Amino acid sequence: MQMIEAVIKPQKLDAVKSALAELGILGVTAMEVKGYGRQAGHTERYRGAKLDVGFVPKVKLEICVADGDVNRAVDAIVAAARTGEVGDGKIFVSPVNEVIRIRTGDRNEKAL
Amino acid sequence: MPRPRCAPIWRVGFLVPMILLALLAIPSLALAQATPDAVPTTAPSAAAVAAPVDASQVLIGAGADGTAYKIDTGDHAWMLVSTALVLMMTGPGLALFYGGLVRRKNVLATMMQSFILMAVVTIVWAVIGYSLAFDAGNAFFGGFRFMFLREVGAAPSEYAATIPHTTWMVYQLMFAIITPALISGAYAERIKFSSMLVFSILWLLFIYCPMAHMVWGKGGLMNAWNGGKINAIDFAGGTVVHISSGVSALVAALVLGKRKGFGSLAMPPHSVVISVIGAALLWVGWFGFNAGSALSAGALASSALVTTHFAAAAATLGWLFAEWLKSGKPTVLGAISGAVAGLVVITPAAGFVTPMSAIIMGLAGGIVCFFAATSLKHALGYDDSLDAFGVHGVGGTLGAILTGVFAAAAVNMPPIFKVEGQPDKLGLIEGSTTLFTNQLIATGITWVFALIGAFVLLKIVDVVMGLRVTESDETDGLDLSQHGESGYNLEDDVFGGAISDSGSGHGAAAGAGAAIPASAKSIVAPA
Repeated sequence: MQMIEAVIKPQKLDAVKSALAELGILGVTAMEVKGYGRQAGHTERYRGAKLDVGFVPKVKLEICVADGDVNRAVDAIVAAARTGEVGDGKIFVSPVNEVIRIRTGDRNEKAL
Repeated sequence: MPRPRCAPIWRVGFLVPMILLALLAIPSLALAQATPDAVPTTAPSAAAVAAPVDASQVLIGAGADGTAYKIDTGDHAWMLVSTALVLMMTGPGLALFYGGLVRRKNVLATMMQSFILMAVVTIVWAVIGYSLAFDAGNAFFGGFRFMFLREVGAAPSEYAATIPHTTWMVYQLMFAIITPALISGAYAERIKFSSMLVFSILWLLFIYCPMAHMVWGKGGLMNAWNGGKINAIDFAGGTVVHISSGVSALVAALVLGKRKGFGSLAMPPHSVVISVIGAALLWVGWFGFNAGSALSAGALASSALVTTHFAAAAATLGWLFAEWLKSGKPTVLGAISGAVAGLVVITPAAGFVTPMSAIIMGLAGGIVCFFAATSLKHALGYDDSLDAFGVHGVGGTLGAILTGVFAAAAVNMPPIFKVEGQPDKLGLIEGSTTLFTNQLIATGITWVFALIGAFVLLKIVDVVMGLRVTESDETDGLDLSQHGESGYNLEDDVFGGAISDSGSGHGAAAGAGAAIPASAKSIVAPA
């Protein structure tokens, strides 16, 4: 089992969600985050005071998938989330030791 | 955050304002008017007019020609509405305007700085403030004739011959409330609540009341209508309200020092949305402030309302376009700040200038105050958090001086300026320098008085009880440190924390039972 962490542009959330659903991946944790990379922030002005806001709003998704589904899931996310502009985001894949479904106690692949 | 070992009630910060208020409030219970004035149903005969005609006293119960008085219902209805409009300027106008401009962790404390004055100033005014401002007294301050509102009843005073004295008194009270509240823009986000209370009460008594007396009180030093030596005019409070509070604000900003992190940390307004609402309420309320200062529902009130509105409109555009040109984008904060600046500038002139002059004055005010609140502030480096000096101090000064330029005899001619055998002339544009010179002098006197007075009062309060909160209280935010509250508990169903005490008093037994500490709610203070 692998944990896919994807930091994407907020406006791409719906597209990614739909793309994953088409693959049968129906469980996702999403959070609003701020981040920066190569994409610069923006400038705000309040009564002449200039503020450089370095952080850009993003959405982070955490999706746990079976080993066999990782590549398809990653490809689907990339296709759905890409705009071609700086700031599209990144995907990180890391191994997961255990997965447990709280309601039933199912473990690992049965819990996905 | 460590709690004091002794119960809060014994701390200086609590005791000093309580003692001050007790000194003022308790005697009023004993000395309240025993017999309130009977409200006449018909006009009383001339013989029933009580007050003797004595030039050193404020005349009560007599119309301008000495006959029995008559309340003009039209004037009175308008004055009652104006009273409400001016109070609205403080609450919620100023509370929202200033509240939105501070960081989220200080929103309640900032709003409280306006709201609490609605309560405190009222009591002080009733007990002694009104008398100090509007009893005849001497050239600098009034006497004690109206203390505890004695002799303030249904009969009109000579200040406003067609409305009850009580209405005049309570209308003026609303001005007394908003003026110290304006200063809060300078000490926002770092003053102790208790110190703010004490300072505001002292400032009201020793700066506002003398200023109101000197400009509007009978025999006041700068009262062109009634016994002044320096004949200046101030329709609704350019000097009394805006210069006095604006200059005091500058002093407060300097005495208190800069906020922690000022200059390096970003401190944007947490909600310009709230400030827009506040500014709009200020604009509408200002009709009561300026047009109400006509003290009647006649042509002068109309004229003053029009000039007020036009100046606000022109100033909005002035600030906005100045900013657009200088910084590249027209900000909403700039637009609302411009509106307020225009309203400030027109305040002394509202009932003395023509509508087209008001447009020019507003435009000038918007542009000048834009530079005062941006370039000047950044150049000199003082932390006037909400531009109380930049808008009210600078705007009020500009307004008082431009009143001397644009005042038009045809709009409103104080008798003292009439010259026998000559056509009436008032402002510089009409060819007279008398008024203009007096305006400069009055402005100078106000500046000096406010500068010195505010400095002395701030220093006294600082020595007795300290002005500023501790560094850690400032970082935590005043809402939490001064009031134990949070302005917005938007995530309280998740991060709200647990009840630590079943509701009995101070909750001092922190170790009692299985209480989960209230800090289960994480306080992310963007210091």
